[in-house]
Amino acid sequence: MTKVTMTVNGTPVSAEAEGRTLLVNFLREGLGLTGTHVGCDTSQCGACVVHVDGKAVKSCTVFAMDVAGSDVRTIEGMANADGSLGVVQQAFQDHHGLQCGFCTPGMVMSSAALLAENPRPTESEIRHYLEGNICRCTGYHNIVKAVLAASGQDAGAMAAE
Amino acid sequence: MHNFEFVKPSTIADAIKALSAEGAQPLSGGQTLLPTMKQRLAAPDVLVSLTGISEMQGVCMGDGGLHIGAATPHAVVARDAARHYPALAALAGGIGDPAVRNRGTIGGSIANNDPAACYPSAVLASGATVVTSQRRIAADDYFQGMFTTALEEGEFVTEVVFPIPERAAYVKFNQPASRFALTGVFVAKFADGVRVAVTGASNNGVFRWTEAEDALSADFSAGAIAGLTVAADDMISDLHGSAAYRANLVKVLTGRAVTAAR
Repeated sequence: MTKVTMTVNGTPVSAEAEGRTLLVNFLREGLGLTGTHVGCDTSQCGACVVHVDGKAVKSCTVFAMDVAGSDVRTIEGMANADGSLGVVQQAFQDHHGLQCGFCTPGMVMSSAALLAENPRPTESEIRHYLEGNICRCTGYHNIVKAVLAASGQDAGAMAAE
Repeated sequence: MHNFEFVKPSTIADAIKALSAEGAQPLSGGQTLLPTMKQRLAAPDVLVSLTGISEMQGVCMGDGGLHIGAATPHAVVARDAARHYPALAALAGGIGDPAVRNRGTIGGSIANNDPAACYPSAVLASGATVVTSQRRIAADDYFQGMFTTALEEGEFVTEVVFPIPERAAYVKFNQPASRFALTGVFVAKFADGVRVAVTGASNNGVFRWTEAEDALSADFSAGAIAGLTVAADDMISDLHGSAAYRANLVKVLTGRAVTAAR
């Protein structure tokens, strides 16, 4: 075991890790940040998406040691400083962008990464960007509405299902 | 997954040294290697990460064309190659999904040489040069069949140099579950002829469709290949598509790529 240090949600942290420790396990087991979920563990589903140096990555397919020293942001870092929901989170709540909620941490992190790159995405761009995030409740429609709303666009204008 | 010693050198020279250890294997973006290790299909004793080597990062024009550092993620190629080689940038921007593109690298892709990966078709159709820790290898000599390349033990790709064609396009028939190419065709038209490389279709991995190259070198239009047929003998047959289906896709996608080339 080696001590691995990185910045998580703005705070410098360190925990013991093996070479094989995945970033998601470092976050969940090493740091107790269980908001990041493991869905498929095969980099298909996107429930484990976090930001590493501002880029969305699947934390089940990255070794913790490979991102030592990086700036990592997880779903726990998405709320506002006063504890209220962040813009993307609030939009997911307002538009019921979740059913069971298991995929939500990854959906929120991918959506935030999209909005950082592209502040006013079209419906098609949102659907395309969220290709690597799977919702097994199939609640995509409201997720897309939530992302439209989070970008300040009229979610009601989206094509009817 | 079996445990291993993790090493992250910051220079090519240190990586070469680290890879001389018994049981050492290079790690690039890990988007294929990690799943492979989880299944215990790979179990290195030492894993040498190449992602911290700054001389293996980035996209720039130079001698012989567009130089792409082997550890450059797909998302960076999609962005930074766009004004130099749009067809290559478009290919990079269509690999996997956004999170995969932020980690996966060109060097990792062509070192693995998955028979359905996108990049090998671009490297082969462009007649690119694969620069390794030891030598320079022409694309035609580099790819040697499914998951097989000219790389020796301990050797790794450091850079790929792409000559820029006059016109080119990559058309991928997406396998929506894996996001790999069910079949993909890269067409590149140079002043001295056309090169056509096909991925996802053959049991022998990426290959050049030379009959189409001859026809398109004489007449660069989708109609020029109308009379050709692709033999299904060596094509992959699985639950996603039969050999005959893939053979037909090769022809259809080649035509679409010619039409889309710019």
